[in-house]
Amino acid sequence: MENEHKEHLIPYGTYLLVWLSLISLTVLTVTIAGIDFGRISLFIALLIAAVKSTLVINYFMHIKYDSLLFKFFLLVALVTLASIFILTATDIFFR
Amino acid sequence: MANGTIAATLENYLEHKSKKGIFAWLLSTDHKRIGILYLVSMVTFFWVGVTLGFLMKLEMLTPGKTIVDAQTYNTFFTLHGVIMIFLFIIPGIPAVFGNFFLPIQIGARDVAFPRLNLFSWYLYIIGGLFAIASLFLQGGPIDTGWTFYVPYSIRTTTNVILPLLGAFILGFSSILTGLNFITTVHRMRAPGMSFFRMPLFVWALYATAWIQVVATPVVGITIVLVVIERVLHVGIFDPALGGDPLLFQHLFWIYSHPAVYIMILPAMGVVSEIIPTFARRTIFGYKVIAFSSLAIALIGYFVWAHHMFTSGMSDTSRMVFSLLTFLVAVPSGVKVFNWVATLYKGSIELRAPLIYVMMFIFLFSIGGLTGLVLGSLATDIHVTDTYFVVAHFHYVMFGGTAIILFAALHYWFPKMFGKMYNEKIAIWATPLIFIGFNMLYFTMFILGYLGMPRRYWSYLPEYQTLHIVSTVGSWILVLGLLLMFGNLIYALFKGKPAESNPWGGVTLEWQIPSPPPVENFEKIPVVDHGPYDFSKINENKNGKS
Amino acid sequence: MESLDVTKEVIKEEARQEAHHIGDHHHKDPIAAKIGMWLFLFTELLLFGGLFLLYMAYRLQYTKDFVIGGQELNIVLGTINTIILLTSSLTMALSIAAIQRGKKGLSLFYLISTITFGLTFLVIKYFEWTAKFSHGIAPNSPELLSKPNGEIIFYGMYYSMTGLHALHVIIGIIILSFMLFFLLRNKITSKDYIKLENSGLYWHLVDLIWIFLFPLFYLIH
Repeated sequence: MENEHKEHLIPYGTYLLVWLSLISLTVLTVTIAGIDFGRISLFIALLIAAVKSTLVINYFMHIKYDSLLFKFFLLVALVTLASIFILTATDIFFR
Repeated sequence: MANGTIAATLENYLEHKSKKGIFAWLLSTDHKRIGILYLVSMVTFFWVGVTLGFLMKLEMLTPGKTIVDAQTYNTFFTLHGVIMIFLFIIPGIPAVFGNFFLPIQIGARDVAFPRLNLFSWYLYIIGGLFAIASLFLQGGPIDTGWTFYVPYSIRTTTNVILPLLGAFILGFSSILTGLNFITTVHRMRAPGMSFFRMPLFVWALYATAWIQVVATPVVGITIVLVVIERVLHVGIFDPALGGDPLLFQHLFWIYSHPAVYIMILPAMGVVSEIIPTFARRTIFGYKVIAFSSLAIALIGYFVWAHHMFTSGMSDTSRMVFSLLTFLVAVPSGVKVFNWVATLYKGSIELRAPLIYVMMFIFLFSIGGLTGLVLGSLATDIHVTDTYFVVAHFHYVMFGGTAIILFAALHYWFPKMFGKMYNEKIAIWATPLIFIGFNMLYFTMFILGYLGMPRRYWSYLPEYQTLHIVSTVGSWILVLGLLLMFGNLIYALFKGKPAESNPWGGVTLEWQIPSPPPVENFEKIPVVDHGPYDFSKINENKNGKS
Repeated sequence: MESLDVTKEVIKEEARQEAHHIGDHHHKDPIAAKIGMWLFLFTELLLFGGLFLLYMAYRLQYTKDFVIGGQELNIVLGTINTIILLTSSLTMALSIAAIQRGKKGLSLFYLISTITFGLTFLVIKYFEWTAKFSHGIAPNSPELLSKPNGEIIFYGMYYSMTGLHALHVIIGIIILSFMLFFLLRNKITSKDYIKLENSGLYWHLVDLIWIFLFPLFYLIH
């Protein structure tokens, strides 16, 4: 069976640091939303959102400290999500 | 409870002393009792569906009106579809036999979340009632077809919302069952029961459970959006407000195609159980079958838009999806070859469950091969939305899943109820079912090929001969089904007591008494060999008995 | 090698059966609970995934109308709400960290803060929506229907996505209120805090969804 329930104690400071990064990224994304990067604006906004979610998932949701099983599960879900986006795109981008 | 533990453990789950009466069943968290609850409710819904199907075929006996008018016919095919798909085939094997046997086959006392399990059953019943309630309410029963396509489902004045909410609730029930099974497989296996010692039925359920968890929410949100759009007129799918109905079809099939694998994968798992038992040898290519279940679950996720070849989506998409569709045939073919290879040179004992499996292999092969006709772009355009499609999915769903559900019922009936049915009658029912089935549905392939569209209430006179053959087939089929179920129900009350292992099976459920004790195992077993190891069992037999 | 593993597991199993006498199959397994919770989160992810898919398709089809619609949303309120929700996620994580260390009082404090932030988020959301309604932009309103199709769809997506998200915030607050009760009654302790941990996972998911909703609706230019 998988490793038993042994929690890794994350220091309060780490959480605070993650929160600070999240806030800064929010400020960043709002600030550069005013600047016109043309087509890649959306891409940048989504990239920042992706970085933010990685932080939340890894630290707030402890995935970084969880067993491999949970990481694998997450991978399955994300691959599924990505597949339906890509396959639907074959229709809507080529219609 | 602490005193007399042993006695309580050995008491069988049907006659649990402290727990009698209807509420002891309705509030039971025992996975076996919940399995029985599902069985009873599902068979009930099945017969409602059969009745509707029977009436539809009766209506098609003559062109024009035979017994009902066109609008009633529309509600018949809708409800027949909704009931058979959402209430019978999707929950089907996992909810009944999965609940009952998954924990036993991995050597556990129950599923990981027993109370959640009971909750799933209640959701199932509530969802079912929602779907059926629309029949009796003002506005009339739903007439959209089971696919609920927009914009018609947004605009029709019939009771669409109730069945939609019903489907949503049923989806939730299905998700919770899947979630429960995945967790059970990961956390509740007996010592020594590694993943590669699990019976293939468990593998199939595991793969199915993943589809249930990751596909069902997509249809859930789609249904909610249709309800929101109907009630609040928020612009989402309605083309009058700028919406794109094709996106509904995408979202709908993103779930509903994988749902086909929710239906068929557990059936394939049952086949992988029955064949080794009656061939008296280990399954050929155990790991390949196990992985092919996962492969089907995965690829099954990538092919949904083959339901939309003629809907107007992009050519790129049509080609991609057509290609991907052919890929599904690979793992399915792998399974069939492995089953046949297992039978080859086995000492085959032709008992009732195996006969049903044989019927499955025949009917499912026809269903599968005609699927290629539909998966291929050019031929699909000729037969799309005709009886050909109807025939195809009845061969796959009825000839596949439902026939295996009957096989499973005959295979595990002695274990579940501790009674033995009359095997001769069980076998006699098979030719009736087989002949009725092929008369009913094979004619539909021909009708479809000749151009008979599906869901039509009337037809041109030249189609009548085939329609009559088909309708007569439906009578024979129903006769066979009545004989089969009658035989089982009779056995339930008057059957002889069954032995603990009537078929000589080797998976864990055959090592415990029939019916199983409340706690399944007196002591949690320690597993030190694969699931279909017949040599080992023969050795042990001498020591044990 | 394999038989050694089996023996080890047998010993483990025997120990387990001693601890929980036969017949008690409701023993606690926090990892199972966590697996169950994560699987549930995946269903939520796919649920919103369907909506994001629709969003992608419609934004592609109505790029210009989405820009117009996006500029009509209040970016200041949107940003404030983002910060509130991110902070609530922090206090949620801190609440769990506190109970892990056995500090009930601190855990309570952080949990109450989380709930308060959640409520604040909803209040702001309420003002945003009612402001839109007072301008006549509500589903099926004549004002909205007079706009081009793309904008109707933009608001259709806006209302359904943020509405569903708000519903999740409400459910989250209800769950957290139960946790508060359990914490007070010592049903959640430093030894057994899986309930709080799972509720936290749910709350973070709600936050995650918003992380994507925010740029997709408020920051279109």
